[in-house]
Amino acid sequence: MTTAIGAESKDDEREGEAASLAYWVARFGGRVIVYALLLAWTLVALFPLYWTLSTSVKLGRDVTQGHLIPWIDFMPSWKGWQSLGLSPDTISQTSNVREEFLKKFINSVICSIGASAVAVMIGSLAAYGLSRFDYKFGPWRNKDISFFFVSQLILPPVVLALPFLVLYKELALLDTRTGLILLYSLMVLPIVVWVMRDQFDTIPAELEQAALVDGCSIWGAFFRIVLPIALPGMVAAFILSLVLCWNEYFFASLLTGFDAQTLPVMVASQTGSQGINWWTIAALATAAITPLLLIGVFLERYIVMGLTAGSGK
Amino acid sequence: MSSGRIEAAHEDVLPGRLSLGRWTFRLASALLVAIVALQLCDTLGLVSIGFTNWRPAMYAFLLWSVALAWSQVLKYGETGKQTLFVLPAILFTAAMVIFPTVFGLYIAFTDWNLNAESGHHFNGVDNLRTLWADSYFWNALGNMVFYVATVIVQYAIAFALALLLNADIRARKFFRVVFLLPFMLSPVAVSWMIGKSLMETRFGPLANFARFLGWENPAFFTNPWIARTTIIAMDSWVWIPFMVILLLAGLQALPLDVKEAAKVDGANVWQTFWEITFPLMLPVSLTAIILRTIFELKLADIVINVTAGGPGGATDTLSSFVFREYRDRSNVGYATMVAEVYLIIIIIFITLLLKVASRYLQKMT
Repeated sequence: MTTAIGAESKDDEREGEAASLAYWVARFGGRVIVYALLLAWTLVALFPLYWTLSTSVKLGRDVTQGHLIPWIDFMPSWKGWQSLGLSPDTISQTSNVREEFLKKFINSVICSIGASAVAVMIGSLAAYGLSRFDYKFGPWRNKDISFFFVSQLILPPVVLALPFLVLYKELALLDTRTGLILLYSLMVLPIVVWVMRDQFDTIPAELEQAALVDGCSIWGAFFRIVLPIALPGMVAAFILSLVLCWNEYFFASLLTGFDAQTLPVMVASQTGSQGINWWTIAALATAAITPLLLIGVFLERYIVMGLTAGSGK
Repeated sequence: MSSGRIEAAHEDVLPGRLSLGRWTFRLASALLVAIVALQLCDTLGLVSIGFTNWRPAMYAFLLWSVALAWSQVLKYGETGKQTLFVLPAILFTAAMVIFPTVFGLYIAFTDWNLNAESGHHFNGVDNLRTLWADSYFWNALGNMVFYVATVIVQYAIAFALALLLNADIRARKFFRVVFLLPFMLSPVAVSWMIGKSLMETRFGPLANFARFLGWENPAFFTNPWIARTTIIAMDSWVWIPFMVILLLAGLQALPLDVKEAAKVDGANVWQTFWEITFPLMLPVSLTAIILRTIFELKLADIVINVTAGGPGGATDTLSSFVFREYRDRSNVGYATMVAEVYLIIIIIFITLLLKVASRYLQKMT
């Protein structure tokens, strides 16, 4: 926008020297620079992804020789995917590695979906209450309750991690998916409350008031009238939570051992212990990030919606 | 609040319901206290009932929460139903945060080491004294200052990218998606993809590129300052999209007529930006910077997975330091003390930041 305006204002001044180089630079130079910068950052954003993806189909010598372009520099091979048991020729055979990978994958899926569902459920209810009713719990008003929720955002994971370790041991929740789901719900709840309160604030209260006059209960009005309108916001909050939970490493590495281990912990342990087994790790990393890349490409709208909720205030 | 408020319809609660509500709550509370007391006695060895874990107390708390919610409706009618909306979240957060924090405070004042045979003992302010003399703690805190200071650089880059995306360009949707992608990736995957693979000294493409630029021996993690900068560069790679999205939304919400007016006045691009766009973007900018700072203060995963704090603690963050203190030395008591002190520092810092930000905003507008 800004460059366009600049170019046009110069455009007006220099009507007469249309053919000169200066005019050309003013008219198109800005544009060229904009696209050059955009493409440069595209390279910065995409190259690591491309490198990981291509490394997963490279042999060791292709990696060490720094080959980059498949079929020209090097011949793609399935070696990395074979060692995971996920290549076309091994997918039908039994593979211990694949089973282990799938187990972590499913753990990750259950933990992130479970936690996001819990957080969106109780977070939306709370956000609706805070957006519509005047609460008074002792000295606490709506503002204080909202602050209570959102202030959890600054709590760094390290403060909770060790007490939870001891607590979960006593509650027999260590290395269980339930334990992780509870903790992850807590982690994303402030964000859900933030996003959803912004959503509910944009829905006029007259809608429910009309329903209340018609004899609906307040919960009935919420479920039948408000919820359908707020659904896009809930989806946005859900997807944002999903991404954060899927990527969580700190709690997962401290609180899970074997049964409930999630994908990031597996990736981290592979990169740490096995040394340089490039193709396996690259295949593993690719498999771990693919679901998120798909979400990023196809559901970008919701992520942007979730992130930008309430940022204008 | 843009939307209106809803008043609770007045409702006379029958005396019978009122007392039922009261008794439900009292009974559930008594049950909770009784079970917790029983478990405590069992743990202390006063009685032996043979609890294997504290699950019964947890279930009692769940039951108590349900009873509390139900009694609200019984006692207060419509108002109680309104309370029901916010109650689950409050109870959940309180149970999950307050208890561990208080419990953490207790741990912080003990010499708890998971490897020690002798159990744990209260040791007063010994942990605080150790912390005061621990050069690694101060070093990590210093690193945090550096990491947080770079937020302003990240903000500048993010603002530039947001301006580019907001320019009159084709394929904006494509660029927006591409710019967002790094934010979707897990820091653990990024640690390997960039830190261990792209930056591999012998043949990583980035190392090769650095050689091409004339850096003879591109080692990204041996010199303290280079290591620190590299770590923050990776973290920025993940988090800049977050700021770009916030700032882009702010730019798109700017009123067009103000810019039109500037154009008529003959202001150039530079003047339009500094005199109109930037001041108008201040509230959004401050939100982005504060949120980013909050997340920066939690930085841990990348450090743990790429350098484990090295070389010699040069890249350590408070979180990764606590992580290692626990992982390598099982020093739960001391590690918790460090974490609690860090929390206090964060709370003070963020409060000051918010104060300064709101005062700055008031002065500007």
